[in-house]
Amino acid sequence: MKNLQDLEKYINSELSSKINNSFIKHDCVYLNIDHNELIDVTSFLKTNNETKFRQLIEITAVDYPENENRFKIVYLLLSHEYNQRIIIDYSIKEKEKITSLTSIFPSANWMEREVFDMYGINFKNHPDLRRILTDYGFKGHPLRKDFPLTGHNEVRYSEEQKKVIYEPVKLEQNYRNFDYESPWEGTKYIKEIKKS
Amino acid sequence: MTKVKKTLNLNFGPQHPAAHGVLRLILQLDGEVVEKADPHIGLLHRGTEKLIENKTYIQAVPYFDRLDYVAPMNQEHAFALAIEKILEIEVPERAKYIRVIFCEIGRILSHILNVTTQAMDVGALTPTLWGFEEREKLMGFYERVSGSRLHANYFRAGGVHKDLPAGLDSDIDEFCNKFPKIIDDLETLLTDNRIFKQRNVDIGIVSKQDALDYSFSGVMLRGSGVAWDLRRSQPYDCYDALEFKIPVGKNGDCYDRYLCRIEEMRESVKIIKQCLQNLPKGPIKTEDGKISPPPKKEIKQSMEALIHHFKLFTEGYRVEKDEIYTAVEAPKGEFGVYLISDGTSKPYKCKIRAPGFTHLQAMDYLIKGHMLADVPAVLGSMDIVFGEVDR
Repeated sequence: MKNLQDLEKYINSELSSKINNSFIKHDCVYLNIDHNELIDVTSFLKTNNETKFRQLIEITAVDYPENENRFKIVYLLLSHEYNQRIIIDYSIKEKEKITSLTSIFPSANWMEREVFDMYGINFKNHPDLRRILTDYGFKGHPLRKDFPLTGHNEVRYSEEQKKVIYEPVKLEQNYRNFDYESPWEGTKYIKEIKKS
Repeated sequence: MTKVKKTLNLNFGPQHPAAHGVLRLILQLDGEVVEKADPHIGLLHRGTEKLIENKTYIQAVPYFDRLDYVAPMNQEHAFALAIEKILEIEVPERAKYIRVIFCEIGRILSHILNVTTQAMDVGALTPTLWGFEEREKLMGFYERVSGSRLHANYFRAGGVHKDLPAGLDSDIDEFCNKFPKIIDDLETLLTDNRIFKQRNVDIGIVSKQDALDYSFSGVMLRGSGVAWDLRRSQPYDCYDALEFKIPVGKNGDCYDRYLCRIEEMRESVKIIKQCLQNLPKGPIKTEDGKISPPPKKEIKQSMEALIHHFKLFTEGYRVEKDEIYTAVEAPKGEFGVYLISDGTSKPYKCKIRAPGFTHLQAMDYLIKGHMLADVPAVLGSMDIVFGEVDR
């Protein structure tokens, strides 16, 4: 598609029942879908000649602990031919399993492993779902908002046992999180001045 | 009697000079032929994304230096662009040019390191010694402009932190005059070198389709013949005003990727020269006191400047609720920041898209069927830096 407006219209007409919401912002089309439709939507976007989103850029999740659908899963796709980007997202509940994208994009493998590692989200049909960035035998999912910034364990070399050992974190001083938020008007007014 | 095939598991790294950092690679070998490679990463994982969620936007910038520590400023660039797009900040022309100059210096820094260490991995020591002398000069430029050789913390939302110190532009210009000769020298050592070619030609071939499927970007993609460069296709800052070529490979092997990097260095020199010639005068950061700190001089005189300074370095500026993905062409490929802001002065979520992560993922596919001695050659040509892979 030549421009993003056409692309948005085209996707909406072709996949009308599968798209919940779509809009254009920051030179990018944002799509909200149901999580059962993921495979259909991505394989359509990848193979269709009018879209050609042949490259998966990133998969990530966002944690909203206060929401009923706790996690938002985000997929970023890029079309080299049309020079366009698309962001697909959907929300899931905490213990819900989601479909792996590895059958369509092989590179989804590590990206999904990272999401699994960082957020504890399980993927169906993933060939090799292991932790990837955290330590062997690590417990918890660090990027969840309820995981403490300091973590739970620390390591050191023990002279007595002649090996590296794990101990609960001991801090001389806790992480200090000052609340600087003030009724300061912030940056919002800049746009308002520009617009008027 | 039937022969039982025995495979050998070899643990490559995490402390191995050819592993380019802390990569633990578990190789399954049949004789000398690699059957399977399983990279274990995360030994340098520092939780950058988690830390950024707990810092203000200004405090988050230094973390970007520590990702790909070979070309720090390129990564600050992606973060600065993301904030600027959300806040709709107008960046002064001079700042754009300065940023592009230092991005290209970063590209040369990274490519020198990669080309020469790739040569070292296959047995040539001299290029490393020659190349690192040049890197030293470039890091000198970094130091003069930001006060630090590596962790610059120089690009800020709305521009750059400080203007170029006197004489720096002419020194960079002089470097640009001399550097092409150094590239020629490096090429005489490597390009037609019989051993270097034997070790790199037709090794680690990536087809066009696989390069796309494995989410390759940067030289890994261009080496396979896909003409794609974000500086050209989605230009940011002043790249659309500059003239430069984008070298594209043909065979997608380690040797083509080497050639691409050499050519990119030459193009970078041209870009820097153009920027220096057209460097406009004027401010180097947005003059909006709500985003960029006022000059030190003013703080002593003006109450408003003092308040701005205080608020910026305690609370930080707030970024309205938004969701954005911005990417830059870092030396290693597409470096992107997916940022979700929630109206406070700290990011709600900041996902860092590192090119090396997806490149390393393809290790198993690239090395299957190759000899053990090709592992460092392929790894070298992928240009892996663990700061960004592990984050």
